[in-house]
Amino acid sequence: MSKINEAFKKGAWNEQVNVRDFVQKNITPYDGDSSFLSGPTERTKKLWDICLEAIKEERANNGVRSIDTETVSSITSHEAGYIQKDLELIVGLQTDELLKRAMKPYGGIAVVEKACEEQGLDVSDRVKDIFRNYAKTHNDGVFDVYTDEIRKYRSLGFLTGLPDNYARGRIIGDYRRLALYGIDALVAAKKADMQGLVGPMSDDKIRLREEVAEQIKALIAIKELGAKYGLDLSRPAESAQEAVQWVYMAYLSAVKEQDGAAMSLGNVSSFLDIYMEYDLANGNITEERAQEFIDQFVMKLRVVRHLRMNAYNEIFAGDPTWVTEAIGGKLMDGRHKITKTSYRFLQTLYNLGPSPEPNMTVLWSQTLPEGFKKFCAQVSIDTSSIQYENDDLMTDTRQSDDYGIACCVSFQEIGKQIQFFGARTNLAKTLLLAINGGRCEMSGKTIVEGIPALKSDKLDFDEVMANYKLAMKEVARVYNESMNIIHYMHDKYYYEKAQMAFVDTNPAINLAYGMAGLSIVADSLSAIKHANVTVVRNDEGLSSQFLIDGEFPCYGNDDDRVDNLAVEISNHFNQLLCGLNTYKNAEPTMSILTITSNVVYGLKTGATPDGREQGVPFAPGANPMHGRDKNGAIASLNSVAKLDYKNALDGISNTFSIIPKSLGADADIRNENLVTMMDAYFSKEAHHLNVNVLNRELLEDAMENPNEYPQLTIRVSGYAVNFVRLTREQQLEVISRSFHSNM
Amino acid sequence: MLRVHSFESLGTYDGPGIRLVVFLQGCNFKCLYCANADTIELKGGTETSIEEFVSMAKNQKPFFGKKGGLTFSGGEPLVQAKQLLPVVKALKEEGFHICIDTNGSILNDDVKAVLELVDIILLDIKHINNEQHQLLTGKGNEKTMAFVNYLNEINKPVWLRYVLVPGYSDDQDHLHELGKKLGVYNNIEKLEIQPYHELGAHKYEHLGWEYKLKGVKANTPEQLDKANSILKNYFKEVVIN
Repeated sequence: MSKINEAFKKGAWNEQVNVRDFVQKNITPYDGDSSFLSGPTERTKKLWDICLEAIKEERANNGVRSIDTETVSSITSHEAGYIQKDLELIVGLQTDELLKRAMKPYGGIAVVEKACEEQGLDVSDRVKDIFRNYAKTHNDGVFDVYTDEIRKYRSLGFLTGLPDNYARGRIIGDYRRLALYGIDALVAAKKADMQGLVGPMSDDKIRLREEVAEQIKALIAIKELGAKYGLDLSRPAESAQEAVQWVYMAYLSAVKEQDGAAMSLGNVSSFLDIYMEYDLANGNITEERAQEFIDQFVMKLRVVRHLRMNAYNEIFAGDPTWVTEAIGGKLMDGRHKITKTSYRFLQTLYNLGPSPEPNMTVLWSQTLPEGFKKFCAQVSIDTSSIQYENDDLMTDTRQSDDYGIACCVSFQEIGKQIQFFGARTNLAKTLLLAINGGRCEMSGKTIVEGIPALKSDKLDFDEVMANYKLAMKEVARVYNESMNIIHYMHDKYYYEKAQMAFVDTNPAINLAYGMAGLSIVADSLSAIKHANVTVVRNDEGLSSQFLIDGEFPCYGNDDDRVDNLAVEISNHFNQLLCGLNTYKNAEPTMSILTITSNVVYGLKTGATPDGREQGVPFAPGANPMHGRDKNGAIASLNSVAKLDYKNALDGISNTFSIIPKSLGADADIRNENLVTMMDAYFSKEAHHLNVNVLNRELLEDAMENPNEYPQLTIRVSGYAVNFVRLTREQQLEVISRSFHSNM
Repeated sequence: MLRVHSFESLGTYDGPGIRLVVFLQGCNFKCLYCANADTIELKGGTETSIEEFVSMAKNQKPFFGKKGGLTFSGGEPLVQAKQLLPVVKALKEEGFHICIDTNGSILNDDVKAVLELVDIILLDIKHINNEQHQLLTGKGNEKTMAFVNYLNEINKPVWLRYVLVPGYSDDQDHLHELGKKLGVYNNIEKLEIQPYHELGAHKYEHLGWEYKLKGVKANTPEQLDKANSILKNYFKEVVIN
C-alpha cells in the first residue's frame, strides 16, 4: 500500500472497492467562511488566457475550432495533448490539440458525417468505409427495430430528443476509484467479479460477462493513456496533485471513449479534499497551490468538447457537456460534507470567471454551515453559474449520501447505480389528442385509436380528462417501447466500457423518463375547469384555436385550484410509466425537465386551451408559463414546490431569474435574502432551483455585442450555457421569461 | 373583506427581511409621483377574506425567515382600517410580523387599534413644508405630523420613508427642516430615502391621466449622497433604497 493510503484512517475501503467508506472515515468538514481562499496564480492566468483565445477562435469559426476527421476516438486514440506543457500541473486533453474535436461514430456514422459536413469537412474514406460497410452502430440498431408507431410518435413530436442518434450519456463513473486504488487493484476486483459470474449461461449472464470483459480492457487502456502523459496509473495516487490528476484521467478516458449527452463528474470535491488536507498538514503544499490544482482541473473540464451536428443544438443548446459536479450535502451520520475543496471549486468561478461548465451543483441541506450558504448566495449573485438541489429530500428519499447529479438534476448513487436516459414526451400535445379524437392536431394523423370525439366544442372538464387519461396511457406505452429498444441497442453497439469500469458490476439502473409541457397542461385544464373554453376547428375538424370566456387561475401563483392539477397529472403519468416492463429491469423514474427543448416542443404543438398560440415555446422544466405568475417570485416557487418528488424521482427542474435589486438594497441583504429563500424553498420539499441573478438589459446588450460577453453565463433548465452561444431564437426565449422584479 | 389591488410575494423593500406585500386598493392622496397610480381609485380591487390572508401567509412562512412577514401597503391601507383590523388580528394570532406602509393621514379608533397590533410603521413623509405637501399630494401635512406624534406617544417603532423628487422635495433647507422636526422622536428607527423613478409613469397613460412630473429625471448619485449627508445628522440610521 502507498504511503499516503497508510496514513488514512482504515475501514471497509481497505478490503473492498468502497470510496464512500473512505470519505466517511477521512473527511474534514469545514465550518468556516471563505476568507482562506486564494486567487489565481500567474501560471493559471497565463494558461486560462490561452484557453480563452482558443475559445474565441472556436466561436468565430462557427463554434468548432477543429475536427480530427481521420481518427476514431478511443481511450488511447490520440497522443498526449497540452495547452502549454510547462504551465500545466494537471495534464490531459481529449485529442492531441486544445478544442480539437474527435469522431465517435459508434453512436451513428451519419451523424458524424453531418457534423463534419456542416463545418465544411469530410470524414476520411477509411472511417466511412468501416462504419458504412462493416461496423454496425447504435443508430443502425435502433432504426432496424423501431416500430411504425414509434417512428410516427417521434416524427410528429410526441417523443422528442430520444437518444437514438446520439449517445445516451447519464452514466457517472466513480472516477475517484482510480485515485484511491489505481488500475491494477481495480482490474483485480473486476477479475474477481468475473470469477463469480458462472452458472447457467442465460442471456443476462452472457451479456454481463461480456460487459465486465470490456471494462477490464478499458482499464488496461486507461493505464496506457496515463503512460502517454508519463503517469503511472497502475498504482493509487500518492499526493493531492496526483489525486486530482488520477480522477481527471479517469474522467478523460470516459470523454475520449464516449460522447454521451451528459457526462457528469460525480462528487469528487470532498474526496479530493482529503488529499489536500493531508498535503497541507504535512507542509507539502500551500493554499495557493491547492487552489491551483483545482483551477487547472476545472480549466480542463471547461474545454471538454464533443462533435455534434447543428440539429442537436435545438434540444441541447449552447454546446453543453454537463460535467456536473455535486458539491456539499450531508452524511447519514449528520455531519455535513462541506470541505475547503467545496469552496475551492466555487472559487474557480472567480479565478477563471463565470462558466457553464463544470455544471456546479450545490446539494443544499438545512444543516450546511451558514458561512457556506452565504458564499453560495454571493457566487450565485455574482456569476449566475450555480444550481441547487435539495439534499435533505434526496438523502431521505433515496437513502444514500454518496451520490452525484446525472446530467441536470437527476440523483445517481455513485458507483452503485446508473441511469438510462429517456429524453421526454410532450404532455401538452398529448392533451390535444384528447380534444381531437386521438388525432395529431397538426398533421391530422391518428395517433391513438379509441378516443371518442367530444360531444360538444364547449369543453367539458370531465370528458376531456377521461380522454386525456386514455391518451396518456397509450403515449406511455409507446414511450416505454422506444426506451427499451434504445437502451438494448446502446448496450449492444455503444457500451460505456470506460465509465462502467468505475461502477460496480451489475449495478442498479433507473430508467429516466421525462415529461414536458406541465405548466401548459395545468393551465389548460384549469381554463377548461374554471372558465368556459370553446374549441375552434379547422376544415379537417382539428382544433386550431380556443376561445376562453372568463377567468381561471394559472399555475405559479400558489393557488391550489390549479397547482393540484399539475400535481395530479405528473403523478398520474409517472404511475402509468411505472406500470410498464423495462429492459434490464430498470426502475422507472420520471423528470419534469426540458433542457432547452421547450422551444422545439412549442414549435411542434398547436394552440392549447390555456390560450397559448400554436408554436409558442413552453415554459422550461416545471416552471410556470412566463408572465402568468403574477404574485411574485415566492408564490411562483411555492407552486413548483407542491410537485411530488416521489413521483418525479428523476428531478423537477425550476429555473429562477431575478434582477439583482429585487433581492434587496445592498449586497449583505441580497445574500441573506437569497439564503433565506433557498432554505425556505427546500424546506417545502422542493427539488431543484437554477438561480440567475441578472438584468434583462444586460442580456439584450449581450445579444447585440456578443464579443464583449464571452463568459456571460446563464442557467437554463438544469444546466448553464454561455449566453452568446445560444441561437437568437433561444436568446429571445430566455429574455421573454419571467424576471422577477418587485420594483 | 379587504379589497386588494395585488400581491408581491417577494417584497424586499417594505420592511425587514422577505415580506408578502399586500397592495390594498384606494388612496386618499393623489401624489404627483405615485408609482402605483392604479391603486388610487377608491373603488375596485379583489375582495379577499381573512382566511385567504392567513392561508397565504402560512404558505409563505418559511420564506419570511427570522425577520420577514407581511406588509400592508397600497394605496393607503388605513383607508380600509375597519376591514384591516380583523385581518391584522388574525395574522398576529398566528405570530406573523406585520408592517403598515402609510401616509399617516387617517387616525381614528380602528386605525389606533391596528397600530397597536402591528410591529413597525413605515411612514411616508411626502414633504415637511405644508404648501409643498399640498402641491405634491393634494392635501396638507398637518394630519401626518399629528400621526407621528401619536406613534411617539404609543412608542411604536417607525421607519420614515421619504421620496426624493428632484426639484420638488430635495431642497436642502427643507431636508434640514425635516431632520429638525422629526429627528427628535426616539421611536423613529431609521429613515429610508427612496430615489425617484419614472417606472410608474406608463400607468398614467393607461388611466388617461396626465403625468405631471414628465421630464423630471431620476436622482443623480450626487443628489442622493447630498440628501443622505444632511439627513444622517438627524436620524439614527439613513439608508438609500
